[in-house]
Amino acid sequence: MLVFTIRRLIQAIPILFGASLLTFWLMSIPADPVTVEFAGRNPRPPQGTIDAEMHRFRLDESFWAQYWDWIKGIFHGNWGPALDKNANIFHDMMRHFGVTTRLIVLALIVAIVLAVLTGVMSAIKQYSVRDYTFTFLGFVFLSMPTFWIAQLLKTIAVNFNTSTGTHFFGTLGAYSIPQPDGFWNRIVDYAGHLVLPTISLALITYAGLSRFQRASMLEVMNSDYVRLARAKGISQRRVLTRHMLRTALIPMTTATALTIAVFFGGTIITETVFNWNGMGVYTIDAISSHDKYIVLATLMLTGFIVIIGNLVADILYAVLDPRIRYA
Amino acid sequence: MPKTQTTKVPTTAPAQRGGGTVEREFTVAERKQWQLILRRFTRHRMAMVSIIVLVLLILIAYVGPHFWKYSATEITPDHAFRSAPNLAHPFGTDDAGHDYMARVFRGTQQSLKIAAIVALLSTTIGAPYGAISGLIGGKVDAIMMRLCDLLLVLPLLVVAAALASSHSGDTVLIVALVLGLLGWPVNARQVRGVVLGLREQEFVEAARAMGAGTWRIVFRHLLPNATGTILVQATLDIAGAILGEAALSFLGLGVQAPDTSLGLLINQARTSVDTLPWLFYLPGVVIILIALTINFIGDGLRDAFDPRQTRQRR
Repeated sequence: MLVFTIRRLIQAIPILFGASLLTFWLMSIPADPVTVEFAGRNPRPPQGTIDAEMHRFRLDESFWAQYWDWIKGIFHGNWGPALDKNANIFHDMMRHFGVTTRLIVLALIVAIVLAVLTGVMSAIKQYSVRDYTFTFLGFVFLSMPTFWIAQLLKTIAVNFNTSTGTHFFGTLGAYSIPQPDGFWNRIVDYAGHLVLPTISLALITYAGLSRFQRASMLEVMNSDYVRLARAKGISQRRVLTRHMLRTALIPMTTATALTIAVFFGGTIITETVFNWNGMGVYTIDAISSHDKYIVLATLMLTGFIVIIGNLVADILYAVLDPRIRYA
Repeated sequence: MPKTQTTKVPTTAPAQRGGGTVEREFTVAERKQWQLILRRFTRHRMAMVSIIVLVLLILIAYVGPHFWKYSATEITPDHAFRSAPNLAHPFGTDDAGHDYMARVFRGTQQSLKIAAIVALLSTTIGAPYGAISGLIGGKVDAIMMRLCDLLLVLPLLVVAAALASSHSGDTVLIVALVLGLLGWPVNARQVRGVVLGLREQEFVEAARAMGAGTWRIVFRHLLPNATGTILVQATLDIAGAILGEAALSFLGLGVQAPDTSLGLLINQARTSVDTLPWLFYLPGVVIILIALTINFIGDGLRDAFDPRQTRQRR
């Protein structure tokens, strides 16, 4: 297992390098950050200023030299220059990362609970009205564009707020500005802002997981050991909790690890709709202002999380299912 | 999902129908593999309903504009700006005075076009790639799969931004290319997974013993046996492309005006969602309808090709 883990981590290195090299190249296609920065300035800044900025972004070097400088920089904890001269990319990124994490954790928990509940309830009464209803609902959520459902929730919440004259649902940002006084009020404020993005993220995520849970539950229900357990006269509830769920939840752990990985790249739209200043917004802003090194830094972080997520999924699978062995 | 018909086992059919004399009292009509699959598929009620709805949607999107009194680009002659849905304009009008139904027709066409190109690209690149990788195995497989991993890590938005800025012109085609070129590794992985199971079977060995080369084995033996997986994945590609286009256009990195798509229509209606909500929600409903029907068709195909998940008393 240890060998497997190490080998997988080593395999990940060329992938991250390859992806960063490709991104480095792709980011240099549209425009360089300095040209964009000075494009609208009138009068044109002196040549010296432009040259200094070009130098700061290493644009006076060749492509390969730039890339090599960037790699060397990472090992010295320097993630490269940003358009904002005082910015520390790593520090900023981790701050945005924290915001996104806050958004993801709760959404993930809600999604998993919903998925397990509906998946299991569907499976134990396969082809019942309940099963069809859950399946249909799941497919509907699976087919919804994220921003569409997010906007719908937001509109409903705004109407709710205006009709009750309260500000319970925060629809903009992670907290109110200015923040309310008092510890308790702040907690309520945070929670109110968390409700809508959490619901919209959870709804679009649970559907896929629920189908997955249903399939794995059906497989377990048809297995011989469950039939044996029933034949021994064990109560339905006990067969379900002690025998079936234990096995049927194994694929779910794997799916969860993969979902976490997907989440860190996939909350951009939720963040945009609800004005959360998370990783997604940080990335898309950097992309539109051609702030190359920020994009690269976020790529490395999300890429790393995807790889770790995949690895954890595989390891969990082997730990929970003793039939699987990695050499 | 197929209906529960525990009383009737699918393979025992009534005596031969139509011409020919019945030789025995009880007989099992011979059915080809694809007939069985088709039978199982047609029993999937939601999939059948979905096919009808989807075909209707496609027909309306492509034929509808020819019969509709307004075009997507013309300002309506009755100078109706921002009017809510009414009899003259079932989908209302936008703030420039276009008839919104005509816009949605056009947007649906373009979104469907993107979905079709993405599914076609992903399947034609991904399926043979995955099959070859799985069949050859070893170092070649490892390298081919790492290339897939690399493409899966690559951020979609960066690729979209780079391509959109360097190629002006048909943005619909560019969005389709971006989604297709980043999407095929998923198909490759799926097909590879199936091929890893198939390649150990006797028919591959037999084909090889008779002198079949890698290409022949891949295209004549492995891919036909992976049809189910390939088709199901293609439906997922279509649904994913519809939603992916919408997401890209929503972020401003997708289809650009003057061309239009369902995602762009929603993006343009974003700022006025509180005052002109129909502009925002109606294209979304069309997106949901397309993705929903495609997902159900995919579900039906999965059940039809892989009946193991159907619970039967053994």
